[in-house]
Amino acid sequence: MPYQFYKLLFNVLVFYFRDRKEWADLEPVPQDDGPNPVVKIAYSEKFTDVFDMFRALLQNDEKSERAFALTTEAIDLNAANYTVWHYRRVLLQALDKDLREEMKYITAIIEDQPKNYQVWHHRRMVVEWLNDPSEELQFVAEILSQDAKNYHAWQHRQWVMQEYKLWDGELEYVEELLEEDVRNNSAWNQRHFVINHTSGYSDSSILDREVQYTLKQIKKAPHNESAWNYLNGILQDGGLSSFPGLLEQVTELQDTCSSPYLTAFLVDLYEDALETNSSSYDQQEMFNKALELCKFLAEEKDTIRREYWNYVSRSLQNTYGSGDPVSASSDPPPPPSSSQLPDMEPSDP
Amino acid sequence: LLLDEHADYIAAYGSKKDDYEYTLSEYLRMSGIYWGLTVMDLMGQLSRMNREEIIEFIKSCQHDCGGISASTGHDPHLLYTLSAVQILSLYDSINVIDVDKVVDYVKGLQQEDGSFAGDKWGEIDTRFSFCAVATLSLLGKLDVINMDKAVEFVLSCMNFDGGFGCRPGSESHAGQIYCCTGFLSITGQLHQVNADLLGWWLCERQLPSGGLNGRPEKLPDVCYSWWVLAALKIIGRIHWIDKAKLRNFILACQDEETGGFADRPGDMVDPFHTLFGVAGLSLLGDEQIKPVNPVFCMPEDVLQRIGLQPDFTAHFVCLPINQTHLIQLISSLKETPGPEMGVRKGRHTKCAVLGGAQDQG
Repeated sequence: MPYQFYKLLFNVLVFYFRDRKEWADLEPVPQDDGPNPVVKIAYSEKFTDVFDMFRALLQNDEKSERAFALTTEAIDLNAANYTVWHYRRVLLQALDKDLREEMKYITAIIEDQPKNYQVWHHRRMVVEWLNDPSEELQFVAEILSQDAKNYHAWQHRQWVMQEYKLWDGELEYVEELLEEDVRNNSAWNQRHFVINHTSGYSDSSILDREVQYTLKQIKKAPHNESAWNYLNGILQDGGLSSFPGLLEQVTELQDTCSSPYLTAFLVDLYEDALETNSSSYDQQEMFNKALELCKFLAEEKDTIRREYWNYVSRSLQNTYGSGDPVSASSDPPPPPSSSQLPDMEPSDP
Repeated sequence: LLLDEHADYIAAYGSKKDDYEYTLSEYLRMSGIYWGLTVMDLMGQLSRMNREEIIEFIKSCQHDCGGISASTGHDPHLLYTLSAVQILSLYDSINVIDVDKVVDYVKGLQQEDGSFAGDKWGEIDTRFSFCAVATLSLLGKLDVINMDKAVEFVLSCMNFDGGFGCRPGSESHAGQIYCCTGFLSITGQLHQVNADLLGWWLCERQLPSGGLNGRPEKLPDVCYSWWVLAALKIIGRIHWIDKAKLRNFILACQDEETGGFADRPGDMVDPFHTLFGVAGLSLLGDEQIKPVNPVFCMPEDVLQRIGLQPDFTAHFVCLPINQTHLIQLISSLKETPGPEMGVRKGRHTKCAVLGGAQDQG
């Protein structure tokens, strides 16, 4: 179909603001990019119509129902335009608009465009003004049911829970999500968030429960970075090698649930045993096994990260080995071992 | 690497017939200009852009409160204030705007807990902490904010996996990690990062295809070649990435016909991904591209001209653990301004900072 036909149809169907008699008193303000417009902006005609009128309203600082209606039109054309959202909020307050209606509106907008900063921030403001979080958890759950990793949705959920102390039932919700997708990193993060803000991890029965839960999920899906990160994270304070029976449990998993993450976890555990000079472990055995696994990872299981595994190997040798310091072939001599200092590239000063 | 095609794409951007995307992105125009100019400068083609007109445009975007908006007729925001300051730094024309007012605007956005809002409407995000200190650092005015509180807030966003999110408790995300490591670099606090743990999390972003994702179990995207890579560079562990594989992935995101880079191979290109693709290649050592600063995502020579190297970015130094080495090192460091000194921090070892970025004592 020729372009001209569509243009004609469009002009017939669209009743521009500039032609509407109730807008006749306003002179549309065209876009002005300065004396020599460099940033050439070619609008489609509807955009031009709506945004020219919007600029006129802003210049006059007009606070009216028609201005409010125009923000709805403008948002419909471009929900990322933060200035329009600002103006809408000013109008919501100046005109004392029904905030419950606004909640319905923002709900619809978010459902349509859930990955936009402005819409979520707007919702938060309305919730704050109403001081009513009662719909929030259900709403976010609905959005997450469409995309369980939506970063904005999770931030909003965390804000609501913290602000209004709505912790009940969240652990159950997280477990549901993990049932659906055990690799959902956002859900694992949320698990940590909830427990951190409620029971904490210092109680050994809680820690034990979490370790067992995580190992169970790992058995279901061994190649799961999030689960291994979580396990590592919750055991950091106590130390991996100090948790009773952990080495045995993880070693047992090696046959059926092997993954680079499991191997990496064992390296971390061995290193922790060495660092704490734990009497529960044969130090030499820990050292040898750790080096063996680093080599295995660098050369076979996780070759894309061989530089990292070679670094860990060198660090271990330098700290716990009995020989001369080990360098990468192009390291400046002699580098100290450390987990905190840089593993300098050859070209670094 | 099709540098000429990319330069042509950026030079022509905004004057093409298909204007819909350009129109829709007016609300971020200042950042769009920053992306375009920076990538052109990195390719040595800055002269093709219209300096005078852009400077006039920026002047028209500064509001009475000092803040700068994305475009004329839009409200001021910290994101676009940073982009404007970056552009003016590229052009060595910072004084065309009221610098004192910009400083006041940024300072006024700091909250009691040390965080920064993006604008008067109060959205809090570690992105804004980065924007605030980057802006002030480029203007030489870092001292106006409450630094201790600002640092405290960013550190409170550090997670159990070593990464950072947008607010305390938020999931670790490569974009936020870039902002936080950049922030900590500017404020001389990199020693607070667990570089091994974070470095490992970051290098875990590399997928078998060679591309990088932003969080576990997500798809790769060329812009993460910047967020992840720059963060690794800042903490001194960029070589933990398989560089050859990443380079191949980035190059596969080019569009041979139109020029420019897309988020992943075969998708539509845009200036955002074009900048981060080229900047990523620069970090990987491509000699056809100017060296890029990993903290500011601007050409290194611009920052040198401003005098931001090395005083405002902390350098890690290999610090030996025995006393003889220590004495030798301190003597040699007296000749080298700027480096931050730290001692190994294992779980059972104390962390000691022997000097700050600006204090050689």
